[in-house]
Amino acid sequence: MRYNKDRVFAFALVAPSILAVFIFVYGFIAWSGRVSLSQWVGLLPNYEWAGFSNYAKLLQDPRFQIDIRNTVIFTVLFVGGSLLLGLGLAILLDQGLRGESFFRSLFLFPMAISFIVTGVVWRWLMNPAQGSRISGLNLLFDQMGLDFLINKWHTTPQWGIAAIAIPAIWQMSGYTMALYLGGLRAIPESLREASRVDGANEFQIYRYQILPLLRPITLSAMIILGHISLKVFDLIVAVAGKQVALDVPAIYMWTTTFDGNFYNRGAAIGMMLLFSVAILVIPYLWYTLRTEAEV
Amino acid sequence: MTTITSPRNGRKMSTRWLLYVPLLLATVFYLVPLYLMLSTGFKSFAEVDLQTMWRLPSGLHFDNFTAAFEQLAPALWNSIRLVIPAAFISSMLGSLNGFVLARWKFKGADFIFPFLLFGMFIPYQSILIPLVEFMRDINLYGGVPGLVLTHVIYGIPITTLTFRNYYATIPKELIESARIDGAGLLETYFHILLPLSIPSFVVVLIWQFTAAWNDFLFAVVLTSPGNWPITVALNNMAGSQIIEWNVQMAGAFLAAVPTLLVYIFLGRYFLRGLMAGALKG
Repeated sequence: MRYNKDRVFAFALVAPSILAVFIFVYGFIAWSGRVSLSQWVGLLPNYEWAGFSNYAKLLQDPRFQIDIRNTVIFTVLFVGGSLLLGLGLAILLDQGLRGESFFRSLFLFPMAISFIVTGVVWRWLMNPAQGSRISGLNLLFDQMGLDFLINKWHTTPQWGIAAIAIPAIWQMSGYTMALYLGGLRAIPESLREASRVDGANEFQIYRYQILPLLRPITLSAMIILGHISLKVFDLIVAVAGKQVALDVPAIYMWTTTFDGNFYNRGAAIGMMLLFSVAILVIPYLWYTLRTEAEV
Repeated sequence: MTTITSPRNGRKMSTRWLLYVPLLLATVFYLVPLYLMLSTGFKSFAEVDLQTMWRLPSGLHFDNFTAAFEQLAPALWNSIRLVIPAAFISSMLGSLNGFVLARWKFKGADFIFPFLLFGMFIPYQSILIPLVEFMRDINLYGGVPGLVLTHVIYGIPITTLTFRNYYATIPKELIESARIDGAGLLETYFHILLPLSIPSFVVVLIWQFTAAWNDFLFAVVLTSPGNWPITVALNNMAGSQIIEWNVQMAGAFLAAVPTLLVYIFLGRYFLRGLMAGALKG
């Protein structure tokens, strides 16, 4: 009897939370979806039907095309850079060097601070001014005689977004390192030892034995970094404000909705972001949950 | 690479020091922003000059920190008012939910996990318009309480799943024996599970504290200027033409201090949260 009563009580405990997620996540997504199909422009809600015209217009909108291009460039550089740096550092730290835990903590500390703080500091590091107003990293390069490195950073025409990947890598590569390091530590030493006995050198062991074993971690890291990349927002705002050249969907959504009052367009951008994240994440979650269930 | 043999069997140690070269280069990369924040922050106003920004300060001056603090104090206070309730309420809710979900199989439980899990990944742009409308309707738009509520609600998936995974590892016998002794559901929770899950509480508290302290998107959309938390105020300061870059650097450091302290002193738990919630960005 008591078990049944407990069961009802237990259910009553979780029900509000489940309901809240149901409403605030899924209900609100549906609501946004409805706004994206409406003619709502201006402060007052207007749910008159617009069909898919907001989406159609977006796809032809030059600003949204810049957003897509910027997102692709940023994603490739940020995800690729974080994976390479993270893997490299993890392999170095896996060599059992003295000071390992110091380096590990150091590479991870940017994870604790906000993209806004990172952005504000890198805004000055990547100051594009040249000549007598030169400062930041350009000044450092100049003083070190590395003039060929002096560049316009995020104000470089067409490719400015590439510079934003640098602070993003600074912030997230330590995390990638930690993921890889966890994976490396899980590989039994006996496996490497066996290959050594067979005459493989260290490079061959990494190339043919360890890297393939790290593939699931690379996949997880790509998904996690990839979805962060699709949502990138505050970092760009803090480095450069709202410039069209560095625009991405999340910034466009923000400015068009809350500065411009184009709620219909803003909702459509939000939904497109959701679709892109869903395409990336759902197959991964499905796969992860299924393999966990099997174990 | 071929000359470097395994560290673990320790042969041919002579070339191992070479491994420190890339490590030290990486160290410079990670420390440069911190160096700039601190060396600029501790300069006196008289020493501040973009042309000499890489030089060390002549001594420890607090001009910049004082100026930044005067600007940012209200926002720092708003952030404190935000993160403390947000972190505590989230952790409590997550713990109760996690306990129930770990102990009972409900109809549709298989559906609940992916349902919660996906909630962690959504781009918030896809719920932002309804959220603002809703906050306006219930008169919480513009203030800190609405932001607390937002962090609590959107924190439910991650806190619940973290606790649920932890409670699932606690042996059933422990709970069964308490029940045989006549303890009710809540008694079992408060007397047995809660004390056992203190480490998980620390992990989740830190996680939610950091997430709320560092959040910008919800804050910039939901709060009005007087209620801005630190991220919004700092970003606004950085965008202004009036406030000097050196004060911005000091301000950035002030904004980073609380979460940095948590990282330095509770790093172990911070890391565990990072790995447990490995999924969340």
